[in-house]
Amino acid sequence: MSSIDDATARDTHTPESDTPTTQNAVAGAGTVAQPLPELAEPDTGSTSDLPLHGYCGLADPRQAAAAPALTPFHPMVTAFLTDVSAALLRDPRAKAYPDVTTFAFFCRRANLTQLASPYAQGQGRLGRGLAFHIAPSNVPMNFAYSLAAALLAGNASVVKASSHAFEQVRITCEAMRLQLAGAHKALTPYVNVITYPRERQDVTEVFSRLCDVRIIWGGDETIRRVREAPLPPRAVDMAFADRWSLLLCDAAYVAAMDAPSLATMAQGFYNDTYLFDQNACTTPRLVYWLGAGETLLAAQKRFWDAVHAYASPRYPVEPVTAVDKRVALYRAALTLPGAKLLPMPDNLAVRISLDALTLPVLDFRCAGGCFLEYAAQTLDPLTPLLTARTQTISALGVSPQAVYDLLLATGVRGVDRVTAVGHTMDFSLVWDGYDLIQTLSRRITLS
Amino acid sequence: MIDHTALLALPPYGLAAEQKQAFLTSELAALCTHHAQHCAPYAAMLAATGTQPNALTAVAQVPPLPVRLFKEYALSSVPPEALHKTMTSSGTTGQQVSRIFLDVETATLQSKVLAKTMESILGGARLPMIILDTAAVIKNRSMFSARGAGILGFSMFGRDKFYAMDEAMQLDIDGLKTFLAKHEGEPIFLFGFTYMVWQHFVQALLRQGVTLSIPQGTLLHGGGWKKLAAEAVSHDVFRDTLQKVCGVPRILDYYGMVEQTGTIYVECEHGHLHTPVWADVLIRRAKDFSLAAVGETGLIEVVSVLPRSYPGHALLTEDEGRLLGEDDCPCGRKGKYFEVLGRVQRAEVRGCSDTYEQHR
Repeated sequence: MSSIDDATARDTHTPESDTPTTQNAVAGAGTVAQPLPELAEPDTGSTSDLPLHGYCGLADPRQAAAAPALTPFHPMVTAFLTDVSAALLRDPRAKAYPDVTTFAFFCRRANLTQLASPYAQGQGRLGRGLAFHIAPSNVPMNFAYSLAAALLAGNASVVKASSHAFEQVRITCEAMRLQLAGAHKALTPYVNVITYPRERQDVTEVFSRLCDVRIIWGGDETIRRVREAPLPPRAVDMAFADRWSLLLCDAAYVAAMDAPSLATMAQGFYNDTYLFDQNACTTPRLVYWLGAGETLLAAQKRFWDAVHAYASPRYPVEPVTAVDKRVALYRAALTLPGAKLLPMPDNLAVRISLDALTLPVLDFRCAGGCFLEYAAQTLDPLTPLLTARTQTISALGVSPQAVYDLLLATGVRGVDRVTAVGHTMDFSLVWDGYDLIQTLSRRITLS
Repeated sequence: MIDHTALLALPPYGLAAEQKQAFLTSELAALCTHHAQHCAPYAAMLAATGTQPNALTAVAQVPPLPVRLFKEYALSSVPPEALHKTMTSSGTTGQQVSRIFLDVETATLQSKVLAKTMESILGGARLPMIILDTAAVIKNRSMFSARGAGILGFSMFGRDKFYAMDEAMQLDIDGLKTFLAKHEGEPIFLFGFTYMVWQHFVQALLRQGVTLSIPQGTLLHGGGWKKLAAEAVSHDVFRDTLQKVCGVPRILDYYGMVEQTGTIYVECEHGHLHTPVWADVLIRRAKDFSLAAVGETGLIEVVSVLPRSYPGHALLTEDEGRLLGEDDCPCGRKGKYFEVLGRVQRAEVRGCSDTYEQHR
């Protein structure tokens, strides 16, 4: 399960929203991976017997297991996150990283208050105790959302951040560390961010033995390996596995869109796909068109012209990606019904039309702008794809409510999210079908 | 498709652009038709690109298959009973390797074309040959690894062959000296893989402070610069050091791959890699796969008229290179000449999937 051999990250991607929202929370932008600092030089001092690099929290993060659980949206936690948010928004270094800014906006008091409102009736809940998080190695800020969600649910956390030394992680943890050293000292046992080499299964085992809930983000292989480390009998695993997502478009709607809304759509679609190399779980890999005939052709042309115009100056086609996409085309030719390359001016977006949707479609993934396309008059042909593998349906000109109703009516195993174009990456406290606050806390009944 | 006699009668570097392109176009169109008829996956791939084999009017219109596909799929145009041997690329443990299916016809064509190419470099006679590798790699003949196959293939052009390394890749300096003494005054052919030559020949001589004299030697080496580039060994350093330790005057790099065995692109005395008449190189822009101009860097596509038992006649490599010219190299050879710049880099990929495991 090697990740990336050479860490020459590209920083050519510019953030594409003027006012940061919670969008793009799940993946990082403009990331520059740097060599991992020596583990012998921890920021907070490390335990003598564990090969840890500590970003923030206790000198010995194992002691986090002793921290009392808190009630959800505890004032200590919201005050801490609010101050971290303010510190990050003041930090000039953070401005270079839209994913850091987006996280800071997520932690603003107003947003936290809004996030808390559905749980206002949730009396009698306590965090589960210690949450041990394995964050994905290529998404710098994912660790911060995972941490924030666990804190808001009332847990102490030990987070294994990416073993790539991302600047975003440093900046965010420095802000947290300063708050923990100042007004929020009492929260120190709750906020432990560490990293260690992924092959150190022994460290994974230590924290797995101590935790009450383990949160694993990553590919199937990562999840399998982490699960080899036993949990205490009462502890639970939450695994955020690799998922597959699609976009649903109404041809008549797209054919009738005016130029400004097309441009806005293209920006949103870009943020859903190219901004993170089309590699997030939420990124559409199939564009499903509702429509036929001239209207369909006109809609497809308008859609891809707009996407191409928006992405072209922002997303360079790397040689290796161009080859990858050609390999993907031929794989599709060999495994998917009627796969055909559709005309585009260049290799920026590779479009492959299909005659039918079969299960192997869910195995199709290629980073960097490679899309399957299928058209039909109804949603019926989509049903075979709505398995547990399918995560997000983004919708364009199709009522999300209609999709939602269809999902409930058909009882499908998959699809946890229905969003508008441009919002597939918005982080929410309900993720992959889990209500994070409820899943990361427990209810105490009184009778 | 052209018959073997006519194919082999072509002068290796004798056809100018117009003639050569006409020849290649008709051969490649015939190969596309042939493979589409005999290899169903190939037919599906051609269909996916909308290519009609009988409508091809230029080499560049043949859609090249990425070399990587041969690692993922068994692509063969002959029935299993007609298989003569299966070649595999060398790969480190755990890596997938290419599988190339050869029948007797294609294997024979490969050897004969290689012989014609080599003849133009070494002359007609077989020369005393030093193989800068160990005999161990060819002992297991059930699997033809690229390294073993390369050694065997080039051994055809030598006589009195001497393997310079033992099984532990230790240089046999005494054996070498004896061999050189025996063939003093004769032209000698040396062959090895670039990295092995550097690591186990040059370094061993340097370490032991031994200098050899091979004043009539021709060293042919290939296999790529990836490892040497990582050690910051340039072509010039490689050449200069070699000449210092063994005085070999003629050092020729070649470019080739197991997926198109028999087709090699050998350096001329001006340091340019040349396309022989049976093959061509197209440099494609990554942006849209259009053809790059002379001097412009792009992805290397290799074209060969030899593959009849597997659809490997037009391959998109993951190497970058530059076309240097066509028909006008000062060495006098016709055809395109080019340089290889190295393997394309895989950039950091972002997203939820933290492993790159689906990169099959």
